[in-house]
Formats: sequence, structure tokens, C-alpha cells
Amino acid sequence: MTYPVYLRYEVLRSFRNWRFLFLTLAFPLVLYVLIGSVNRHVQFEHIAFPVYFMTAMATLGTMAAVISGSAVIAAERATGWTRQMRITPLPARTYFRAKVVVGYLRALLTLVILALAGTALGVRLPAQGWLTVLGLFLVGLIPFAVGGILLGHLIGADAVTPAVGGIVTLFALLGGVYGFQVATSGPIFQVIKALPSYWLVQAGKAALGGHDWPAEGWIVIAAWTVVLVPLAVRVYRRDTSRV
Amino acid sequence: MATTNAAGAGIVLSRLSKSYGNVHAVRSVDLAIAPGETVAILGPNGAGKTTTIEMVLGLTRPDSGTVTLFGKSPAQAVATGAVGGMLQTGALVEYLSVRELVTMVASVYPRPLPVEDAMRLAGVTEFAGRRTNKLSGGQTQRVRFAIALVSNPGLFMLDEPTAAVDVEGRREFWASIRAVAAEGKTVIFATHYLEEADAYADRIVLMARGRIVADGPATEIKAKVSGRILRATIPVGGPAGPADPADPADTAALAALPGVTNAERHGEAVILTCADSDLTLRALLSRFPAARDIEVAGAGIEEAFMALTADDNNDEPEKVR
Repeated sequence: MTYPVYLRYEVLRSFRNWRFLFLTLAFPLVLYVLIGSVNRHVQFEHIAFPVYFMTAMATLGTMAAVISGSAVIAAERATGWTRQMRITPLPARTYFRAKVVVGYLRALLTLVILALAGTALGVRLPAQGWLTVLGLFLVGLIPFAVGGILLGHLIGADAVTPAVGGIVTLFALLGGVYGFQVATSGPIFQVIKALPSYWLVQAGKAALGGHDWPAEGWIVIAAWTVVLVPLAVRVYRRDTSRV
Repeated sequence: MATTNAAGAGIVLSRLSKSYGNVHAVRSVDLAIAPGETVAILGPNGAGKTTTIEMVLGLTRPDSGTVTLFGKSPAQAVATGAVGGMLQTGALVEYLSVRELVTMVASVYPRPLPVEDAMRLAGVTEFAGRRTNKLSGGQTQRVRFAIALVSNPGLFMLDEPTAAVDVEGRREFWASIRAVAAEGKTVIFATHYLEEADAYADRIVLMARGRIVADGPATEIKAKVSGRILRATIPVGGPAGPADPADPADTAALAALPGVTNAERHGEAVILTCADSDLTLRALLSRFPAARDIEVAGAGIEEAFMALTADDNNDEPEKVR
């Protein structure tokens, strides 16, 4: 069973929460427009800065868009709604799928808005470039989508916001979203290369051409997914007590 | 008794126990409920009603003992849509109208009622288009009831379903519950109102301090708990005066008075729980003319519970010794 009605209302109520949506979308957009327009004619790593920075903000924005679903989950737990749904036959798989779809739709909206802003700042990418971003982000965001569900069921509503803020900042910083690498060799670089955010940044660069998204990227994303999915399912199944 | 019910026939709780820290919330509860029964779990706050219900629903894992619902585990029964209910706490999710919310919940059940029927039965039709965050407490409770109804389960578990509902709302609520019960559904509800339990249940399970202290037809339980409390002072000694060596007004003698269900004596103070206080009073005065400061009061349900559990012989029954 696919539970289309359940999915529809999950999406609907998520997109009606326009304050949440607006704030999720506004942050990367404002950063992009402010910094991108000031540095319109700057070259960065041999590419126009607005092009580079668009992919960087897309990484940050989509990461935040999917992982922030944890705040919604934490709030649903706090009100007791999660427990109410736990006495219905709603399968865990359907619940997870709906949460992931909602997160991805927010991420897609972030990408579209940044693409429009980029186009306004003179960014031109071939269709293949856009498709590469879309495709690779779809894959690279999986650990963040699942991690968001995990966090939402693990952390209380009063603590989830700083947790998400810290995690996004840390992953963005180490992954190289802000335009510099914390390390480019040595053991620290090995750690960085094991982060999904590093591969999201590489996905952005791949879309600009000249870079590959190597097998290592697929392996890292797959490894995070293989670890996080069972963990999230386990935490969800155990999460039935009053909070 | 659990064994008299054929396995799978209904809801069977066997030696069910749950502690939180050093508090025994539920202590070795045995209970069998046949399909189609309407059962009230009656008890004061902290009696273990909610913990019991949550173990039946599979939300709380028992420390020991088992629950079977129609021959299945709680998780299996929930997965097949056999259970619907109202938990004691629980807000509604926002950003949906009442109709949308009820529709969403209906969509995850295999055999839901038509959404409009459930909303009419729960009395939410007139505000079906309103967003769930714009409802009063009573309206929210009705929507929660609509969610339980639309599930169309074999078993309704309702934990204090009429909390926050006004008198009119309560009347309508119970009328709907009766309609549901008449279709042969099993209904289990928790309440601390004797009147509700008496009026709407076939059977009352009385819980106190984590145990079932009485279980039977509503009329029988009502007689047990709806008595009066008679307080009096009887001087130690006897009719012959304070020097009388044999104190005739000992607890056993007091308990033997007509109409008395429980007797306590603390020094000169006598507390009698009475099923028929008129009868008791007449007998008391004729047998113990020295009795004075007599006071008869309706027993609160808490006192009735205390009387029923007085032979528990345990001053701090909720603590692990």
C-alpha cells in the first residue's frame, strides 16, 4: 500500500506552515544575494563567484531544509501526536517515506529559488549541469534526511533547534561549503572526505564541470545511509513513551 | 478469570506488572474482557488506569506479564487496525482542517468509517472546516473522538475521554459510545467518575494502587463504593463505663453491625463504611449508647477505594519494600 492520502496531508500541512518554510528558504537566499551580488565579478577557483557560491548555498540550504524536519518531529512528539499515530496501523516505512518526501520537497524549493536568484545574478549553466546538481543532491541528501528523523525522535523539542544548528554548521564548515577546506591532506582530510557534506560540495562542483563525483562519494553516502536508517528505525520504534 | 475466556476471544491481561522507578504503577493485573463488552476502568488518580491502557495498546512495555488482543499481541492488533482510541493526552497536528485531519487518519486504517459519518457521530461537522489550532478544549476532544470513531476498530480504548468536555458534550459523547457498543464493538474506558462508569458500562473494573480491587457488574460495584461514612466517638471501655475490662466496641463487633462494609477504630474514634447507614446508625445507638459526635457523610470515591483496599495491610503500597 502506498498511502497516498496520508502522504498528501503530510506534504500539505508542512507547506502550510509558511513561517517555517519561509525561514528555511530565506537564510541561504539572503546569504546568496548579499554576498553573491557584492562579489559578482570576482573569480573563485577559476569560476565566476556567483556560480560557485550558488552551489555552495544550495548545499547549505538543502542540508538545512531536510534536517530541519527534526524540529517538526520533535514538536509532534511533544504534543502527543506521534503516540496517537502509533496506535494506528500506519507502517514505519510509510511514516519515514512521508518525512523524507517532505524534506526533499523543501530542498527542491530551496534549489529552485537559488537557481532563480543565480540566474538573476547572471549564472548560466547548461541543462546537464542543472540535472547533475539535482541528481547528485538527491543522493547526497539521504543521510541528512534520515539523520533528521533520527534527531527528531532522539532529542526533545526544546533542544533540537540548537542541535540542528550546530550539526549543519559543523558539516557545512568541514565539508567546505564556505569556500575553504579546513584541511587538504593528512588524517583530518580523510575524516572530511568521510562526511556526506563534503560530497554535496563536490556534487556542486561536478555540476560546474571539470570535476567528477567519484565512486568514493557513492560509498560514503551509502555507508552513512546503511548506518543511519536502521538506527532511525530503531529509535522510532522505541519512541512510544510520554515526553 | 483469564482462563475462563477462550484464547483469542477478547482482551486478556495476564499477570501484568509495570514499575516506574520504585513506584509500582500496575501490580500483577489479571483481566479478561469478552468481545462486545463495555468496561469501565474506574479508579482515583495514580490507580494505574493509564499505564494499564498503554500496555494494552503496546505503547508501554510491561515489566512482566502478557496482553493479548483478539489472540494477537498489541503490536499485531494495532497493525491490523483492530484498535482505535483516545489517549489521555495528545494535541492535534496543526495546519490541517478538522475534516482533513480525520481524513488523514482514516486513510491509514483498512476499514474506516466514512469521514462524514464519523464527524457527525462525534459532533464535529459544524466546525469541520476549521483549522485544528483554532478549536476550544472541548472541540479538540471531540475531534480526537472523531479520529477514534473513523478508525472503525473492534476495540475502542478511551482514556478519560470526557475530560475537558462540557455537560452537553458528555451526553452526546456517551450516546455515540452506546451506538458503537450496540454494534458489538468492545469499549474500554478509564474514568474517575463513578456516575459515568455506572451509567455507561456493563461492567466496572475498580483499580486502586496498581491492583484490581473489585470487578463486576456496574450495579454491584456501585453498591460497594457508593456507601456512606459514619464517624463516631465511642469511649474505650463499654456500656458499663470506662473501667469495663472487655471493650465490646472492638473492630470485629463494629464490623458486625448491620449495614457495615468496613470498620476502623483508632482509640475512641470509630469510622464505619456503610452500605446502609440508617440501619447501622440505629444498631449503633442501641448497642453503644455512649456513642457521641456522630457524623454521617456521603463517601467520596477516594474513601470508598480506601475502604475497599484497607485489608491491603500495607501503609505505603506504592513503594517497593
